[in-house]
Amino acid sequence: MAEHSHQHASDYHEPHLVPVGVYVAVFLALMAFTALTTGVAYIDLGKWNTVAALAIAVCKMLLVVLFFMHVKYSSGLTRIIIVGAFFWLGIMITLSCSDELTRHWEIVPQGWTSVEHIARSIF
Amino acid sequence: MHRGWPVSEMAAHAAHPPGFAHQFETVEQQREAGTLGMWIFLATEILFFGGMFTSYIIYRALHLPSFVMGSHELIVKFGATNTAVLICSSLTMALSIRTAQTGGSKRKIIFWLILTMILGAAFLAIKLRYEWYRDYTEGLIPGVSWLPGGTHTPGVKMFMCFYFFMTGLHALHMVVGLGILTVLVLMTARNRFSSEYYAPLEISGLYWHFVDIVWIFLFPLLYLIGGRYPGS
Repeated sequence: MAEHSHQHASDYHEPHLVPVGVYVAVFLALMAFTALTTGVAYIDLGKWNTVAALAIAVCKMLLVVLFFMHVKYSSGLTRIIIVGAFFWLGIMITLSCSDELTRHWEIVPQGWTSVEHIARSIF
Repeated sequence: MHRGWPVSEMAAHAAHPPGFAHQFETVEQQREAGTLGMWIFLATEILFFGGMFTSYIIYRALHLPSFVMGSHELIVKFGATNTAVLICSSLTMALSIRTAQTGGSKRKIIFWLILTMILGAAFLAIKLRYEWYRDYTEGLIPGVSWLPGGTHTPGVKMFMCFYFFMTGLHALHMVVGLGILTVLVLMTARNRFSSEYYAPLEISGLYWHFVDIVWIFLFPLLYLIGGRYPGS
């Protein structure tokens, strides 16, 4: 027990204290990204609109995770759990899409221009 | 060595830092275990919301024109305002934890927590009054009030279903978050936290920021991704 008490004293590390300035800088960056992603939607970039919107969202997520959620200062074990969560999410999205989007769908009969027209005729 | 509750251990307990539990070797290990456990819960939450995001991706790919049409029914200014409101609430949440870390007074901790709750409630109020209620009066809720316009295809209905289920699940998490914050305010008022022990604040903060991140993805996916430029 005495040995344990000694450990409590010697192994005690203060958790990392994030300066207020860092929090405020992250907050301002998140607000700027929100304005940017909204603004970009009003410019015609073709398929790059989607890429830009998702890239900005990922940047915002990283800022929140690293600084607000303190992952920049967290242990390797915690980081493995987080990376694992996103890895599994990636498996779910990739395998679901690779199935659903590569099926040989029925050829639409002539005169019907989209699957929605078929649906409309049924419902 | 004795097991159970020998007097010597009871005496040692008195010398422990506040909030320190017996099963941990060090205060640091206890903090690490708490954070790790919360992240494992958040991993299940990521996959929970991930199921909806996966179906959204697939149905969007299959019905792209309808999803763009549906997206144009939503009002960007309210979505953008709510994004800003949630980012503000994440900042105030982070500051409440920092206040506890630096040994700030309980009045200051409660100030930041209440501010976080006000911002969270503002998010829900904007969502309800200016979005869902308007959707109801405009007939945009499938199965409840649906007044499809001339151009509305079944795919638009599909998009609106995704919109209500995704924002609904997110709003439910916000309501749970407000409940958690209420408990934190009460715990702070009862002097449960100090610069040595503030794990409930830290862990609840992780939850609150996670809900913020979900919205950071919902906003572009639902409101913006179809493009808002002329001819989109």
